[in-house]
Amino acid sequence: MNNIRPQDQVNAFDEIDRAIVAATQSGLPLVAAPYEAVAAEIGISADEVMTRLQAMLKNGIIRRIGVVPNHYALGLKANGMSVWQVPEEQVNELGKRVGALDFVTHCYSRPQHLPDWPYNLFAMVHGKSRDEVFEKVQVIADLLDDADQGHDVLFSSKILKKTGLRISRSQ
Amino acid sequence: MDGEFRNQSGLTEFQANLLNDFQRDFPLCPQPYKVLAEQLGVEEKIVLDHLQKLEEQKFISRIGAVVTPHKAGWSTLAAMSVPEEDLEEIAETVSACPGVNHNYERSHDINLWFVVTGPDRFAVETILDEIEATTGIDVLNLPLVEAYQLDLGFPIQWN
Repeated sequence: MNNIRPQDQVNAFDEIDRAIVAATQSGLPLVAAPYEAVAAEIGISADEVMTRLQAMLKNGIIRRIGVVPNHYALGLKANGMSVWQVPEEQVNELGKRVGALDFVTHCYSRPQHLPDWPYNLFAMVHGKSRDEVFEKVQVIADLLDDADQGHDVLFSSKILKKTGLRISRSQ
Repeated sequence: MDGEFRNQSGLTEFQANLLNDFQRDFPLCPQPYKVLAEQLGVEEKIVLDHLQKLEEQKFISRIGAVVTPHKAGWSTLAAMSVPEEDLEEIAETVSACPGVNHNYERSHDINLWFVVTGPDRFAVETILDEIEATTGIDVLNLPLVEAYQLDLGFPIQWN
């Protein structure tokens, strides 16, 4: 069910890369020469940090480097995880269409676990209020039409821990 | 820049630009903040001061790298159905596990949702097994199969 595709496994990712990603994931320091600071922490040169970051962007290990805004603090206080049961053979096509909607920040397919968990398509919807999220969920429902075999919206009632997706520094 | 018009979140236009314009393609050069400053037509110190303030006010989670899931490591979305009266204790136990990043209470019978990351799939599934053994509650393991939307940043509405 869970496809591990061999082409996704990147072998050229070594301990130095891991250390750089771990250091930059928790945030670049706000100093004039931030890569220099990261380099000093790891014990390599700033040039090597930048070269390796560039290589990781190129091979897709790093998706982007930049400002990561906090949607919650910016007033998008309702964060609804909409979950959808759609025919498995259509999930890729429908996922692409849902993922292209401008209010969907993340869109993934995940395995079903019947009978407890029938939903195989996840779309994260942010809004200023729950009503706004429900309006947007309706747009997705209209788009899916008959392929929507059941859906639900899970709101986060409490943030119990949030540190951002990180990879660990050591194995 | 006090006295300037601010949007609903309390951001000045300059701050909104800082948040919006550099969510990707952050410069990979010795003095990246200087490059931002040149693009915005201000001194480097102004950029650093405002970014500092935006971080302190929690408008920015961080400035850094966003990794692609499953490229160099493994992660999964996991969920549990926890009795309300045990939620706080179990959430604490789960949050304390290595590799647990996000942990949310969500409005559903399956009410505790968290992300677990590790160097590989085996390491992640070992953590899930440990959580099941410690709490005595089944863990739903929902690793992503396919991602349909690249997280290219998110536009912040200015007005």
